[in-house]
Amino acid sequence: MSRKKATLRLEDGREFTGWSFGFEGPSQGEIVFSTAMVGYPESLTDPSYSGQILCVSFPLVGNYGIPEEQLDAEGLCTRFESERIHVRGLVISDYSEKYSHWDAAKSLDQWLKEQRIPGICGIDTRALVQLLRDEGAKLGAIVPEGFPVPTTFADPNLENQVALVSCREVKRYGSGKKRVVLVDCGVKHQIIRCLTSRGVEVTRVPWDYDFNQLEWDGLFVSNGPGNPALCETTVRHLQVALQGDKPIFGICMGNQLLGRAAGGSTFKLKYGHRSHNQPVRLCGTDRCFITSQNHGFALDTATLGPDWEPMFVNLNDGTNEGIRHKTKPFFSAQFHPEASSGPVDTEFLFDEFISKL
Amino acid sequence: MLDKTIRKVILLGSGALKIGEAGEFDYSGSQALKALREEGIETVLINPNIATVQTSEGVADRVYFLPVTPSFVEQVIEKERPQGILLSFGGQTALNCGVELYRSGFLERYDVRVLGTPVDTIIDTEDRDLFVKRLDEIGVKTIRSHAAASLAEARAAAEQVGYPVIVRAAFALGGLGSGFCDNERELEAVAGKAFAFSPQVLVEKSLRGWKEIEYEVVRDRYDNCITVCNMENFDPLGVHTGESIVVAPSQTLTNDEFHFLRKKAIDIVRHLGIVGECNVQYAFSPDGEDYRVIEVNARLSRSSALASKATGYPLAFVAAKLALGYGLFELKNSVTQTTPAFFEPALDYVVCKIPRWDLAKFKGVSREIGSSMKSVGEVMAIGRTFEEAIQKGLRMIGQGANGFVCNKPYKTEDLDWALQHPTDTRIFAIAAAFESGYTVERIHALTQIDKWFLDKLFNLETTYRALEACPSLAAVGKELFGQAKRQGFSDIQIGRVFHRPEAEVRARRHALDLRPCIKQIDTLAAEFPAMTNYLYLTYNGTKSDIAPRYEANTVIVLGSGAYRIGSSVEFDWCGVGAVNTLRKRGWQAVMINYNPETVSTDYDTCDRLYFDELSFETVLEICSVERPYGVIVSVGGQIPNNLALPLRQSGIHILGTSAEDIDRAEDRGKFSAVVDRLGVAQPRWQALTTMDEIERFVDEVGFPVLVRPSYVLSGAAMNVCYSVADLHTFLEMAVEVSAEHPVVISSFIQRSKEFEFDAVADGGRILAHAISEHIEYAGVHSGDATIQFPPQKLYCVTAAQIRRVATAIAAELHITGPFNIQFLAHEGRVKVIECNLRASRSFPFVSKVLKTDFIDLAVRCMLGEHPAPPAIDAFELPYVGIKASQFSFSRLNQADPVLGVDMASTGEVGCIGDNFDEALLKAMLSVGHRIPEGAVLISSGNALQKADLLPACQMLHASGRTLYATPGTCRYLNENGVPAKSARMPDGEGDGPDTLELIRSHQVDLVINIPKNFTHVELSNGYRIRRAAIDFNVPLITNSRLATAYIRAFCRLSPKELPVKAWDEYQTLAVS
Repeated sequence: MSRKKATLRLEDGREFTGWSFGFEGPSQGEIVFSTAMVGYPESLTDPSYSGQILCVSFPLVGNYGIPEEQLDAEGLCTRFESERIHVRGLVISDYSEKYSHWDAAKSLDQWLKEQRIPGICGIDTRALVQLLRDEGAKLGAIVPEGFPVPTTFADPNLENQVALVSCREVKRYGSGKKRVVLVDCGVKHQIIRCLTSRGVEVTRVPWDYDFNQLEWDGLFVSNGPGNPALCETTVRHLQVALQGDKPIFGICMGNQLLGRAAGGSTFKLKYGHRSHNQPVRLCGTDRCFITSQNHGFALDTATLGPDWEPMFVNLNDGTNEGIRHKTKPFFSAQFHPEASSGPVDTEFLFDEFISKL
Repeated sequence: MLDKTIRKVILLGSGALKIGEAGEFDYSGSQALKALREEGIETVLINPNIATVQTSEGVADRVYFLPVTPSFVEQVIEKERPQGILLSFGGQTALNCGVELYRSGFLERYDVRVLGTPVDTIIDTEDRDLFVKRLDEIGVKTIRSHAAASLAEARAAAEQVGYPVIVRAAFALGGLGSGFCDNERELEAVAGKAFAFSPQVLVEKSLRGWKEIEYEVVRDRYDNCITVCNMENFDPLGVHTGESIVVAPSQTLTNDEFHFLRKKAIDIVRHLGIVGECNVQYAFSPDGEDYRVIEVNARLSRSSALASKATGYPLAFVAAKLALGYGLFELKNSVTQTTPAFFEPALDYVVCKIPRWDLAKFKGVSREIGSSMKSVGEVMAIGRTFEEAIQKGLRMIGQGANGFVCNKPYKTEDLDWALQHPTDTRIFAIAAAFESGYTVERIHALTQIDKWFLDKLFNLETTYRALEACPSLAAVGKELFGQAKRQGFSDIQIGRVFHRPEAEVRARRHALDLRPCIKQIDTLAAEFPAMTNYLYLTYNGTKSDIAPRYEANTVIVLGSGAYRIGSSVEFDWCGVGAVNTLRKRGWQAVMINYNPETVSTDYDTCDRLYFDELSFETVLEICSVERPYGVIVSVGGQIPNNLALPLRQSGIHILGTSAEDIDRAEDRGKFSAVVDRLGVAQPRWQALTTMDEIERFVDEVGFPVLVRPSYVLSGAAMNVCYSVADLHTFLEMAVEVSAEHPVVISSFIQRSKEFEFDAVADGGRILAHAISEHIEYAGVHSGDATIQFPPQKLYCVTAAQIRRVATAIAAELHITGPFNIQFLAHEGRVKVIECNLRASRSFPFVSKVLKTDFIDLAVRCMLGEHPAPPAIDAFELPYVGIKASQFSFSRLNQADPVLGVDMASTGEVGCIGDNFDEALLKAMLSVGHRIPEGAVLISSGNALQKADLLPACQMLHASGRTLYATPGTCRYLNENGVPAKSARMPDGEGDGPDTLELIRSHQVDLVINIPKNFTHVELSNGYRIRRAAIDFNVPLITNSRLATAYIRAFCRLSPKELPVKAWDEYQTLAVS
């Protein structure tokens, strides 16, 4: 293994040294960590990671390679969550130089090279996770040997990441008697599949599209990257929709935007929730679920309007995991019921949404 | 919420450790009892395994050292009248017993509720047909299994599914009586045996080559479900999961595969209605996404113990709480203490479990491993690379490996065969194959092991070659040295490449500033701060989770490592006891151990747990961080004991007896000199290096002699030889004799009694002692012997001699702490055979019978407290304890079930009775004997042995039992007035029914077969009789002293008359 040395440089000047893999070039972003133990192809293509360098706490990565990219008849990725890698860099401990899987077409290294995304391995990811946990998410850069070390770091949270990853035009998927408009803030393809597989037609619109001018039976607000406060256009459109009575369902960013439309405020979590093992409880019941999560911001339920109530709460830190309207068919989840990657225990929320249409 | 109607609960233990059911159930039972006591629930434990932690004072409120069988459990329930019973913490033994009690209606009659998973669910998972039907209901694929009640039905089923097939016995422990069959002939052999254990066998299509994946699932009564851990077998399907190297979490599954199987596991557990813990095993096709459910264990298991240790999630503890009515969200994550127990652990390390086999101890046993368990223990290694974990693990199993590479040459005549056929050493065949230039592809084709694992192993070969390419140790740069350490190379291993000593490698490593990091296991991969004390070492890191300590009150206790024949749960009891005493006396107790089956590796037990190697290198690195006041090496058996001298030489304070004195006892030559100087007798012995010397020495001392080689080629390590011919056969066939590998020959005195002297001394003065007596004559290994305490037939003069000698040795070796001396007594004279300055196997037994905790006393002596001697005299005890051994020959195909100077038992029990007969019967029933109602088959060795057995045979006859005997024995019995029917020898000699047929058809309920002597050589009639008894599950005794004692006991006392008394009901009489 003759890999080039590389450095992970934090905004405060601290450095971790390792080896370069993937694309041999510098990259910077907000460093966040995930404790998921599987699912790197899905995570890397999740648009919610836009602007971020992902540190995977599980040390062994690359084991099963990367499958061949395939599009289905609708033009959706069958193996990934979007058409490209969205993370700006990958930080891991032990890269598996050789992969083994019947469905693999290439190595993680090769894929990162193709998509010009740098990786760094040989990092004490546990130490980095502890640092991020104690001090909060940080800006940083992956710098392979021979490249200049940056001295200034741009905060991706100041940019509207949603605008960068949302679709540019309206697209239609699936067929069915009912029509769902999907507001794309950076939607994962699995969400679209979860809707179309339930026999509805999906109209995917850009984040700032005024969907109120369309005909629909239900409205869906997707996941997406970054700070929900930068999506006020979507929130304004949502406020109009909330006047009506047609079902609305949101996931992740969708939960935050719906919450903001309902009068609530959002705040940045110290280091976010990114894992496959987040426990949530359905409020007012003894039912609990293990969920897949990926978010850096959260909704402050205390600020919600009187017509709204929390629907799910996180059992680890008590933060909001979903809200619902007390009388109308509006609800949303902060976690990812579509999973991909992660546990599929809450996929029934899609059934609930469809049944309300 | 807690169900308040439950105030008293009975927990069934798993009895003696055996292959397939070992220490993991001491851990799970102890955890469950702790969970119950926390709630103020009164606990009653039934478990004859006296060496366990769970049967110690303060764990359960009441302990019954009784067999876990329906009749005894019924009597205990009648007496105790509990509201609830827990069946899922004592393995298959407890589960089977509980199902019987439920089916007979006994539990309902006594209003005893089965807590946790309902019995109907347990039955659904245990009965293959029901199981398939239940999973069919939710469309989950199972391995189609055809139940057969006869050989003809089995044959028909095999025809239907098509060969190859696997045959399993229903309702059997860990795959007992299972096997793969490629054709009808093999089917008949396997099924024939399986029918001896179970009225039903199952014939299934074989899925050899598929991946094997397991999930540990927990469900509460609110239907909340989590999977705590998944695991992947290194070996493809076909090797029992207990026999395979296992990694956690799975390494070759994609997200979709991982969650597909996880979802199925949850669906299954919900559908079956499990409340508590459950394990789901899958076969998963490597070239697609097909799967089958192999089995579901609706109880705590070996895998669940491993999962608990691998993740830090206390499965048994949580399962017990759920059985009491709690929801998962109501319980805390015991590691973080802030987050709830409803979550799924995220790991930031990889663990590797490796089984420990002891197949070399058995003559005749097949080394192939497969669908039934043969391993006797296991280790778990933690690392941040697979290479690091597996190399640690391969050292931990303690079979002489330095890791994956740099070992003694692997000897095989046919490397391809060795790769194709899983054996206990196949991993080393892979290393040998790499060395001979085999590619990963070729090895994969032969082994079907996933290439991911093989590629990782090949990395080790690559690093080894890179090291070899360096001209010297000093030439190894920091980069390569660091890479080797990150891949788990030990200093010794690196040293082997350059033929340099460990110390030199360490010095070089320290000079390069390569030191391990200490990382925590915190269940959440550092996402939340955790006050966890569960630690391991890794070179794959730049920052330790804990800083060096400066407190002066830390003591490190070294644990006992993998369970193996000769070192088992008894040393875990000693280790846990030492930790408890330390903590009670205000010390910080640090444990180092790597055996996932133990209580000592429960992070709750000690102040800090290092789940890591017990090697000099690792212990030294831990000492450099912990800076302990001292290290206790005398409570974990031989592994820590061997570290005493090197640790001392590195400036580490050894608590208790000095390392130099330990060495004087350990070194045969030095100890012999000590004994001679004290004027104490010992059997004559010499270490010899040539055949000439051996013959000269044997001429002097006469036969028989005990032969102890230092290098064994095959077969047993020790042997007794009775003639020149014996000696030649053994030394030429099985042993290397050379200057480098001397052979120790000692004179062997026949018909000697053997005594154990267990004691604690303080400053060379004996503080407490226990003399226990073997029922068998010397020649049966002390670990296999049946032991009575207090001694029942010990002459006062012998007792006095034993005490005098022990007192002199304790003073001479300045003993402070535990020690054990083994004595022979022959014609009124005692001889010393062995002395160990550490706790012995019998410490828990004598401590519990005497109700004096020898470990507590020993630790206090080692801490310099000078405790007062206990006021109990064993000779005043109004009751008797019997320790009996558990054998696992039924697991070990073709092994000769005969006892000798090398240990063969896998576990033990200890039972107490008001008299000898009562205690012996309870003990024998606890290790699986059934009192013969009908006929007994006797085949009794030489003339002297025949005479020995005569009185017992007379009693058998007088009790109305039929005696069958092999021709010679029959003649002798008839001549001496005992009517016996002649039975034909297996080779056809003599008249009457065929002995093997008598056994096969269960026309005899007990087989007594006394081998003529202790040689292992003949493949004789005797072997075939003994093996048939094992294979067809008829109780077997091979020692005339034990047979006589046992027969006397059951002729004088009916099992119905055995009083059911708890441990606390046996009162000691304190000497005033």
